[in-house]
Amino acid sequence: MVNEGRRLGYLEAIAEGLVQAMEKDDSVFLIGEGVDSIKGVYGVTLPAYERFGAKRVIDTPLSENGLTGFAIGAAMDGLRPVLFHQRNDFMMLTMDQLVNHAAKIPYISAGKHRVPLTIVSFVARKSGEGAQHSQSLQSLFAHVPGLKVIMPTTPYDAKGLLLSAIDDDSPVIILYHWTKIEADVPRVAYEVPLGNSRVARLGADVTVISVSAATIDTLMAADELSDEGIEAEVIDLRSIRPINEKIILESVKKTGHLVVVDTGWKHFSVSSEIIALVSEKAFQFLKASPRRVGMADTPAPAAPQLLTNYHPSKESIINVIREIVG
Amino acid sequence: MKDVMNDLSLDLKKKMYAEMLRIRMAEEKLIEIWPSGQIHSPIHLSIGQEAVAVGVCNALNNNDLVFSNHRCHAHYLAKGGSLREMYAELAGETNSALQGKSGSMHLHDLKAGFFLAVPLVAGSIPIAVGTGLSAKIKNINRVSVAFFGDGAVEEGVFWESLNFASVHKLPVIFVCENNLYATHAHILKRQPNADIASRMTPHGVYSVTVDGNNVKQVYLESKKMVRLALSGKGPSFMEARTYRWLEHWGTGDDWHLGYRTEEEGNLWKERCPIKRLRNEILATGLEDIYFETVIKAIRKEIEEAYQW
Repeated sequence: MVNEGRRLGYLEAIAEGLVQAMEKDDSVFLIGEGVDSIKGVYGVTLPAYERFGAKRVIDTPLSENGLTGFAIGAAMDGLRPVLFHQRNDFMMLTMDQLVNHAAKIPYISAGKHRVPLTIVSFVARKSGEGAQHSQSLQSLFAHVPGLKVIMPTTPYDAKGLLLSAIDDDSPVIILYHWTKIEADVPRVAYEVPLGNSRVARLGADVTVISVSAATIDTLMAADELSDEGIEAEVIDLRSIRPINEKIILESVKKTGHLVVVDTGWKHFSVSSEIIALVSEKAFQFLKASPRRVGMADTPAPAAPQLLTNYHPSKESIINVIREIVG
Repeated sequence: MKDVMNDLSLDLKKKMYAEMLRIRMAEEKLIEIWPSGQIHSPIHLSIGQEAVAVGVCNALNNNDLVFSNHRCHAHYLAKGGSLREMYAELAGETNSALQGKSGSMHLHDLKAGFFLAVPLVAGSIPIAVGTGLSAKIKNINRVSVAFFGDGAVEEGVFWESLNFASVHKLPVIFVCENNLYATHAHILKRQPNADIASRMTPHGVYSVTVDGNNVKQVYLESKKMVRLALSGKGPSFMEARTYRWLEHWGTGDDWHLGYRTEEEGNLWKERCPIKRLRNEILATGLEDIYFETVIKAIRKEIEEAYQW
């Protein structure tokens, strides 16, 4: 694609993707709490609301589980709803409709029903957000066959993966991050395929699989380690489920070292899954035990000084890589 | 409740009688087969409750959508679901339309407009509302009907669904089959009173209580609710009072469990919806031979359907 040199923020890229999806396909509509308000979903739905109005951008009562069911019904009936939750913590209220219904209906109907539903939510990592507003729950969703789980890191992916998700015929959850980031984003509508990870940095010494905003910290860590002569290969996972086995295994076979950096907790998680995958399929290539970096194993504190060592950071990632490669 | 039903045509009465009887006999066939071990699904029989399904579905068009719960056989058959496919699925057949993926609790037949059944209580209600929303967005004339039991109104998602359907005036009919018991718990152990419909009025939803064993009353109220839905007046709620004759799931009675009495059951059996309509049809002068012909035809269909 031609690099037009147009810079776009992460949220602006999402907003542009939504408008383009709705322009392209009349069956796409947006639904969720505050979708018609600048304050609602950080403004990402506002351009769509201004363009298409309340019939296709539907503000709703605070009924997360019900909303999920409404969107499932509309999706089964041939529309392509995009359902918004400001934070993925709120999606815990939707688990019955999400896990027991959206994920199951295509299966129990032997493929006669499709559920082309996109759920957009955010991991709100910031001091003060605390225990119920800053979780990163991708592993819970990814556990369930029938759901796809996507975590875009860059503005380019924020738009391209969204357009793919909306076009997909199965339920897709997109978890965006809260880190401010700007990059080149083409003006045209384009799709980034689901299920493909991205090599964000080439390196020969250690494979670092990173998730969402943790990729930004990981790339900074990799640059510093390069000065010490350690070259990390950084893979931006992008798709939690389906997982891109091939790219992970090929990289580990090359480097012999594996570190997984996740924005969520470590136990029973994305990092557990990736290390299990490598242990099952590429164990003989490992020169040291795989390691992982994630949130501390407690609910999130609110105060900034308590958060110092809570989330993965450039420093914690550097330390873990040094321990296995050094 | 006053009987306002005498204005139905004899043809419609005969049709609804035959449909209720067909559902009863189709389930009795399951009772007959059950000991052989051929059924590989926990069956929740509708015996005693046939009038709600038949009365509502006769007020619908083929393109209207029906949603149901674990006790879905009657709704499925009343909306025109294939009996043959139902039997095949209950027997665990995989080389069939449902492919062994649905079991007894996820029956569906999209051609017939029987869209979805799920056993998680109240689970299909918001999905029914979602198809009401899509009908409105797509600007098509269609009604979505959610069947559920009295226990479903104890679930939060029911109220989320009612509220949203009312705010957006969606073409949805909520049909609550109040059979007094959620599994083994009487309604008064679970709710402040047994009058469910009265709790809907504050939501701006037209709601009525009907005798769920009077198919004509169910039918006429359903017709009215369909009219309201299609004229943009929004959702309605019907509480149909009825009674499950057999155990929660399985083929026997359960008086021995002690949560309800056989005397109570006998009172309801005297009000059997099929017998009541039969008596009314008899009073028009039809002879017994008519009923024998109907029974024979249904029996033949059932025996053929069971050879899926």
